[in-house]
Amino acid sequence: MQNRFGRDAFALLVTAGVLVWLTPLVISTYTLTVLIVYGMLALSLGLIWGYGGILCFGQAAFFGLGAYTYAIAAINIGESTLPMLLAIVVPFVFAMMLGAMMFYGRLGDVYVGVITLVVTLILFRFINSTAGPQFVLGKARLGGFNGIPGFQTLNVPGSPDSYIWGDGLYYFAAAALVVVLLLVSWLLASPFGRIAVGIRENETRMALMGYDVSARKTLLFALGAAIAGLAGALFANWAEIVTPSLFSLGQSAEIIIWCIAGGLGTRSGPIIGAAALAYLKFLLGQQTLVDNTVIMGLILVLFVLFLPKGIVPAVVSGWTMLFGRRGAGKAAALRRNRAGRGAVNHG
Amino acid sequence: MDLFAVILVEILYSIASLILISAGLAVVFGMMKVINLAHGEFMMLGGYATIVAVNQGINVFIAMLVIAPITVGLIGLVVERLVIRHLYGRLVDTMLATWGISLLFIGLATMIFGNTTTGISTPISGFPVGAYQINGYNFFIILVAMVLVLGLYIVLKLTRLGLIARGAMQRADMSAALGYSPSRIYMATFFCGAALSGLAGAVLAPLVGLVPTSGGAYIAKAFITVIAGGPSLISGLASSAGLFGVTSQVFAFSISPMAGEIALLVAAVVLLRLMPQGITGRFFKGKV
Amino acid sequence: MIVNRRQLLAGTSALAAAGLVRPAFAAGDTIKVGSILDTSGIFDAYGKPMDMALRLAVKEINAAGGLLGKQLEVIAYDTQSDMALYTQYGQQLTRQDKVDVVHGGILSASREAIRQTMRKTRTPYFYNVLYEGGVCDRNIFINGVTPAQQVEALVPYAMGKSGKKVYILAADYNYGQITARWIQKFVTDNGGEVVGMDFLPLDVSDFGATIAKVQTAAPDLVIAPLVGGAHLSFFRQWAAAGMKDKIALASTTLGVGNEHKVLTAEEGDGIMVAYNYSQDLETPANADFKGRWAEEYGDANAIHEIAVSNYQGVHTWAEAVRKAGTTERGALIEAMESGIAIDGPSGRIAVDPNTHHAVLDVHIMEFENQKMKVIETLTQRQPIDTQSVCDLSANPDDNTQYEIQI
Repeated sequence: MQNRFGRDAFALLVTAGVLVWLTPLVISTYTLTVLIVYGMLALSLGLIWGYGGILCFGQAAFFGLGAYTYAIAAINIGESTLPMLLAIVVPFVFAMMLGAMMFYGRLGDVYVGVITLVVTLILFRFINSTAGPQFVLGKARLGGFNGIPGFQTLNVPGSPDSYIWGDGLYYFAAAALVVVLLLVSWLLASPFGRIAVGIRENETRMALMGYDVSARKTLLFALGAAIAGLAGALFANWAEIVTPSLFSLGQSAEIIIWCIAGGLGTRSGPIIGAAALAYLKFLLGQQTLVDNTVIMGLILVLFVLFLPKGIVPAVVSGWTMLFGRRGAGKAAALRRNRAGRGAVNHG
Repeated sequence: MDLFAVILVEILYSIASLILISAGLAVVFGMMKVINLAHGEFMMLGGYATIVAVNQGINVFIAMLVIAPITVGLIGLVVERLVIRHLYGRLVDTMLATWGISLLFIGLATMIFGNTTTGISTPISGFPVGAYQINGYNFFIILVAMVLVLGLYIVLKLTRLGLIARGAMQRADMSAALGYSPSRIYMATFFCGAALSGLAGAVLAPLVGLVPTSGGAYIAKAFITVIAGGPSLISGLASSAGLFGVTSQVFAFSISPMAGEIALLVAAVVLLRLMPQGITGRFFKGKV
Repeated sequence: MIVNRRQLLAGTSALAAAGLVRPAFAAGDTIKVGSILDTSGIFDAYGKPMDMALRLAVKEINAAGGLLGKQLEVIAYDTQSDMALYTQYGQQLTRQDKVDVVHGGILSASREAIRQTMRKTRTPYFYNVLYEGGVCDRNIFINGVTPAQQVEALVPYAMGKSGKKVYILAADYNYGQITARWIQKFVTDNGGEVVGMDFLPLDVSDFGATIAKVQTAAPDLVIAPLVGGAHLSFFRQWAAAGMKDKIALASTTLGVGNEHKVLTAEEGDGIMVAYNYSQDLETPANADFKGRWAEEYGDANAIHEIAVSNYQGVHTWAEAVRKAGTTERGALIEAMESGIAIDGPSGRIAVDPNTHHAVLDVHIMEFENQKMKVIETLTQRQPIDTQSVCDLSANPDDNTQYEIQI
């Protein structure tokens, strides 16, 4: 298993390196950075939903929390290292509390979805109404609808004047995504990850086998929130402003759509779905021929009807169909496995 | 005393509007377990249908109560036949597909009607109660909501059609075995749900400016009300709408309208935590 | 290994999708005018006519031979009423498209979202919208009315017609918050009393509880700086409750997006406002402008206050470019500060060198039959609110928005 993770990690690093190096030749690093951020956000939901079976309708809440935490902390502290860490910790703690409330109450799928939806709405409505001068945390005005602009963006730890932005931010974000992917892969390959998948498959059986289901779900939920928080902090650095729309229902729904379109149950699926759909929306917003919501809506409906599993699994099965004889099929894989040439990883 | 009357009317109005906006979703979700995220857009379409009809010279009440529901019901029928029919049983997929449909409708409405706020005036004027003015249209909405609830109750409890529908809702396979085609029942149910959404949108249209994105404001509240209501259709709807309506208005009057909104949401969280099956999962069990 | 291949496949498909590269803009001798407005979403009633006005102005300048021998090219983005998109497209305009000037922003929130980016990239920024005053920034030029020009005239007029007790209903964001405090100041300066103040988020469209609250406070006058499509419902619901005849109504924003044409006459008659422009201004300049607009777009009904401000802003910038002989930022700013003025559809607009704000005419008006009837004209009002806190010749590096303290 350790071996499998090792090979997996190596493949990941190589592919990531190639992509990170090649794609700026085609798309600007400015756009790529936000695509990476969205990819990370989608991954956070893909982790808890695809592998943990927790449908969270409010992943945007943690995204927004991370972004706002970073902004408020950066204004008060003036240097970016601690705020980045806080942006990961605060959503983690919040999700721990929320998760404990939900999972220890033995709430089923739909109700978890509704509660997370309601929590997002509460946060959104609350932050949206904080435009008055009395809403201040330290030196930072919450700003309500206007959001919080003008905070210290990412800098080299220790020297607040050397900013990491533009291309630098792109490489930083890409590196962060790779690190997160590695951690997620390691987590999934570990016992914790496999038990989480078991919980998704049959919660009662896992509980009867003696595992503390509620605690594990809470922890997984919190980890997803931490990743979303990091994505939020990176977004704050990219956009240089945080607004309440980060908490919005629309944002939450988009994340779900990215995951489903990309392929639930895979790691790369949500990331690809997010990057592709976000880029498509960006391109569509620059033309005025057809309203872009019409196109997005059509794409979604067509996806659900014809590609219900998402892009990545569809592509994979298409690939294996085309090249099945070349030894990518299950039988061939078993043969290779027995020959000790290393495990074939479908995760 | 007058203030009390005003507050009472506002509370009744809040409950009534919650019932109205949730009825369509309740029918579709309660009967078919389909989460119709395009519900808000059906309401928006009902509003636009009313405005178009009124601009053609049709009496505003007929436009609101007859034309809009039928139009939106037919649109819902088309949606059901084309898309939803293939996705029964797949909860997540229906969510996604109806979200796509909602985006589609928003885009189409924007392309056809443009984004500028259109509207029609409220057909009923306000009148004084002591020192205060009350919006007369609120009474109309309260009336419509009451008639709706009563009508749904009568149909479901006392007619044969309602019996068949309830049977299909509880055990689709048994109804099929007894000779009732589930797909026909679902088609009819979706038509009714869409028509109810259209009615709600039409009735609310004179009060709020209608833009293609108006639907989004309703879907969350409707969703929460329906889920908190629980499995019983009417008693669930009435009880959750009642609870949330009172909570939100009490806070809105004592603190601020924003506090009212947030109070509604917090009440929902608390309720779902305490009663995960919804209100009628615990109380009023077995009622329609 | 399959993993490797799949990741590679993912990578190549991403590259293939990225083949939809943005078309390169026509290179060569044009001056690039950047525009960043909400032409869709709930603020599109403001944005669309502003966009039309900008394009009309650019067309007129190009027809007259362009600027400095070059034609103007418009690079415009639609921010879809989303504040976060403002930052995104702002960065795009300045860092990618490298425009020579930006005319844009509608809500004050959107202005603040891009103002710092404009400063950092040293792109001259023109904010052509009425707002709450106080911005002190050498890189920006603002030609919309500010509270000292608008509110200071409107409040005593409205109070004179109704009474001393005032209730304020404002949109809950920086413009609404700050303007509400200005209204408070002018009400007390005129011997009145603010009996209530409520802030409503921009997406609220149900005002039942609010209207009941207002009635409880029993004011003589309600002043409502409400903003956007959702807030328009307040005026409908107010009329529906029969309040029109009981309590007077004034606003610092209603009509800026031609809302008086969307409301019916019964809903709108008698509402008091004060702006720099009205379609019903009877001047030859306005008639001429409306004629040119109708020729270009077919119908002059879409013209509103900030569309005209945008039009005048573009022409002011063009005038400064001619005077400076270059679009370069430093020379442009000096030219703007040298006493530039143009004659637009709303009268004479001059630039105040110390604050980069505008000196212009303000008309007090009332809604009547879906028109804005001019009651009184105050000529060439100075932006004294910003002048009292901002002096860019003394502090050229100032970069603050000063807020009134009560």
